[in-house]
Amino acid sequence: MAGRAGALAGWAALAAVGLVCLAPLLALLAQPGNWPGAYGWSVLRFTLMQAALSALISVALAVPLAGALVHRQFRGKATAIALLGAPFLLPVVVAIFGLLAVWGRSGWVSDLLGTPIDIYGLKGILLVHVFFNLPLATRLVLQGWAMVPPEQLRLGAQLGMGWRGQWQVFGAPILRATLPGAFLVVFLFCITSFAAALILGGGPKATTVELAIYQALRLEFDLGAAARLALVQLALCLAVGLIALRLVRPVQFGAGLALQPIALPRPKMLVWLDWMILVLAAGFIGLPILAIALRGLVGLGDMPASILPALARSIGVALGSGLLATMAALALAGLITRLRQGLARGVELGVMLALAASPFVLGTGLFILFNPILDPSDVALPLTALVNAVLILPLLLRLFMPALAQIKADYGRLAQMCGLAGFAQFRFVTLPLLARPLGLGMGLAVALSMGDLGVITLFASPDAGTLPMVMHRLMGSYQTAAAAGAGLVLVTATLGLFYVFDKMGARLGHRI
Amino acid sequence: MNNRLTLAAALVIATGAASADTPELVVYTYDSFAAEWGPGPAIKASFEAECACTLTFVPAGDGAEVLSRLRLEGARSDADVVVGLDSSLIPQANDAGLFAPHGQDMAGLTLPISWDDATYLPFDWGYLAFVFDQTRLANPPASLEELARGDVSVIIQDPRSSTPGLGLVLWAKAVFGDEAHQFWDAFADQIVTVTPGWSEAYGLFLEGEAEMVLSYTTSPAYHIIAEGDDTKAAARFAEGHYMQIELAAQLAGSDQPALAAAFLAHLISPAVQDIIPTSNWMYPAAQSAALPDGFVAAPDEALLMPTDWVAANRDLAIDEWLAALAR
Amino acid sequence: MCLIRWGRALDIVFEGARIRAGGFEVLADATLPGGQITALIGPSGAGKSTLLAAIAGFAPLAAGGLLVGGQNMAGLPPAQRPVSLVFQDHNLFEHLSIAANTALGLSADPRSKTTEARDKVAAALGRVGLADKAQSMPGELSGGQRSRAALARALLRDRPVFLLDEPFAALGPGLRHAMLDLVAEISAERRLTTLLVTHQPDDAVRIAQMTALVAQGKLHAPQSTQALFSNPPDALSDYLGK
Repeated sequence: MAGRAGALAGWAALAAVGLVCLAPLLALLAQPGNWPGAYGWSVLRFTLMQAALSALISVALAVPLAGALVHRQFRGKATAIALLGAPFLLPVVVAIFGLLAVWGRSGWVSDLLGTPIDIYGLKGILLVHVFFNLPLATRLVLQGWAMVPPEQLRLGAQLGMGWRGQWQVFGAPILRATLPGAFLVVFLFCITSFAAALILGGGPKATTVELAIYQALRLEFDLGAAARLALVQLALCLAVGLIALRLVRPVQFGAGLALQPIALPRPKMLVWLDWMILVLAAGFIGLPILAIALRGLVGLGDMPASILPALARSIGVALGSGLLATMAALALAGLITRLRQGLARGVELGVMLALAASPFVLGTGLFILFNPILDPSDVALPLTALVNAVLILPLLLRLFMPALAQIKADYGRLAQMCGLAGFAQFRFVTLPLLARPLGLGMGLAVALSMGDLGVITLFASPDAGTLPMVMHRLMGSYQTAAAAGAGLVLVTATLGLFYVFDKMGARLGHRI
Repeated sequence: MNNRLTLAAALVIATGAASADTPELVVYTYDSFAAEWGPGPAIKASFEAECACTLTFVPAGDGAEVLSRLRLEGARSDADVVVGLDSSLIPQANDAGLFAPHGQDMAGLTLPISWDDATYLPFDWGYLAFVFDQTRLANPPASLEELARGDVSVIIQDPRSSTPGLGLVLWAKAVFGDEAHQFWDAFADQIVTVTPGWSEAYGLFLEGEAEMVLSYTTSPAYHIIAEGDDTKAAARFAEGHYMQIELAAQLAGSDQPALAAAFLAHLISPAVQDIIPTSNWMYPAAQSAALPDGFVAAPDEALLMPTDWVAANRDLAIDEWLAALAR
Repeated sequence: MCLIRWGRALDIVFEGARIRAGGFEVLADATLPGGQITALIGPSGAGKSTLLAAIAGFAPLAAGGLLVGGQNMAGLPPAQRPVSLVFQDHNLFEHLSIAANTALGLSADPRSKTTEARDKVAAALGRVGLADKAQSMPGELSGGQRSRAALARALLRDRPVFLLDEPFAALGPGLRHAMLDLVAEISAERRLTTLLVTHQPDDAVRIAQMTALVAQGKLHAPQSTQALFSNPPDALSDYLGK
């Protein structure tokens, strides 16, 4: 794609990912410790089970939701699709309180039904995970739909293709191309779940590996055991990843990265179903967010003055991290599209595993590595941006790769013939055509970095810190209303940034 | 997560301070202590006024995380003093072997139990208690036993990640001894959820997710004083309440031992102790002024187990908890 | 990297060439004469496009050699070959204007800054009848107009070998004939070696002096169009349906 320099950038990005993920782990593995025993294995089993279930449900529900979005037209559809990114970007604790406001024992649903409903336990964990990941999975499936060339859709409409034909020609191939990847992404995100699983889990039955690692690191100071646990988890994720990626069948569609407003014929019953699905989804996703807004508005007045500088700092770090992640993901995606099949799959899987890296292990390991050399607070900032970027990279990769492959397939020859190679090709062909997924990717990266990824709490600097930190501190000092207000500010800023970048991408991008 | 601007500012201040030749005292503490609404700023102002030095608070997470960071940093740590270790964590703190005797006069301490540890200096304390909303729960249980027998819904914290959570299992162990597992068996079905930390549990309680939450006797005081809300109260248990004592200690590897000792002395002086109630919402360890209205009288019996008892029983207490709840 | 000086009326010579593409193979051992228009006809999937791809440098030779104007093409990247290829589709970058797309024929920088470049682009577009569409985007143009824009770019590239892969398939007869005539005109004027892949035998009859049959995985030696059609071999008869 972009010549030798591009390939080099790709390898450099890969090396950075590997280093950031593995070096801390190795640092901790060097410490003596026990391999997980019976307790550790039962925790691992539970973690894998809840992650797999969450992923299955999210992905299964994403299919009809994506279908409904594709087939139905309504005002504000583009905004609705953009906002599908929203739940995923919410800070976990904020989202949980929002969900509880709706589904909790004193929530709206309980009030409606007259009796308290109990979502604590596995169902609570699944609820949170599906809330976070269903919209994301839907967006990934929609990306598959967006790659269908409009001519084919028009043809389908013209032929009056029934649902069976549509399934064979569009549905099945799209799902084969997007679902395994979507499943893997959601699965890996749910693996490292900490607060979500714990607060709604109901008790120690719902212990995840992250808690076990947290305990080992913080309370028992058993670094070796924590690292070994993390390693076993990584190995299991690797196995799952291998299976999932093997199931991916890349689609040989023609062009298109934006959703086309084409109306394929749809039986009356399915139309009703579509609308019902859309309403239900809007409620499921929108109500908790509304609750967050309401709670937050109440507390806005109580916020301390340090909110604004904290917000500014958060935005600064997030922008840096987002830029880093986007550039690295682009370089990596470019690299992978040039590699041979086997090696490409391997590299892709390796990067995806960054999602399964334990933030606690990473943070502690990095601390150990840096402490002898430098004062950790000196490197806190660049390290934060770097680690955040690495953790977000896999998701961006999933976004960029199909798009890059598409561009190469469509315009590779034309560019070669015109002598557009190396940087010129990158600048005049790849970048403009990639604008849409780039905008989305940058938006996701910046927004995710705004929330606290919990890695570098050890590197705290002697000052007020970032917005999630301020929010956490407020919560820890009885000031729940102010914390809710801070949460609202954080959420608004996060979503705002995401929306800006996503929109920019859509504006600058081309319906190619 | 941190930021360029702050870091740059901090560096500028630090170099400025260094060039002006003022010694710097680095104090590691937990986040809410150093926050602008916590006791940190006032303490900094009052200490710097008399010490001709710069006081720097380094917030490092919660109590357990602070200790963890010190252990990771080891002898190379910049810290001179640590503020906010929890009494339940003394065994681990001792294992770390990082602290020097504080050398302070403990005669002025006003704890309900006698304190004679030479390494850790209490600066505030509280009682664990179950807090409830009087408008929702008219007849709270009057003892741990009654709590377990009844059906009041409760939210607690995980003893493996939270110090009040740990305090609760130790409390049950101290009260019931070998029968503690029976307490947990009876209590398990009332537990709505177990959160990783105090703030989530308390937040859930305020949202109405349970009738009671494990917190401190001083929690209602916050609502009364800061919010004018007198609906929250702490249930008084006949068996006594487990104490959570917050400790400060001097690092053996400190490069400012004299300054560190002066700071510890300052910590238990009236200048700090008087502001503790309304900035940290705990009882002062060396009380000099009267407590503000809203701080109700302390429970009759204060429970605090010796360090070696804690070290011996902690794992067992947690296992019993786990056995009952993980069924 | 030195500029290779080409000439005019270059022969295209396949010497025992085997080209593998997408699971099947095409054999080519023939000379396509320089300075003439040769039509390549044959059933779908026979390998016509593959042959063009091989000449242009997109498909490597599994065996044998390819000479253009006496020069071995082995190892030369597409941009350095004396070849222009008009694809079946994706001839234009959707995100660049027609003018920018055309300007790529002059240099690998779609932003034509100099007046000279702009004039050349305008002239080329005028020649194909798209003078008023310079600032339009490809998405706004019809299929036929897009083909013409690709043609304009090829004009500017001014390479001695001109390959066209069913470029006017979507056009109606009138427009197609006009475009073919334009191709013939340019071809004659510049003494290009033009290869035209087409499914319309009439196209061959109209402008191609020579025609080569591609069937059964093999490029047959070209013959004069008239001769070939008046006395078609069996494979061609089958294809023509006679």
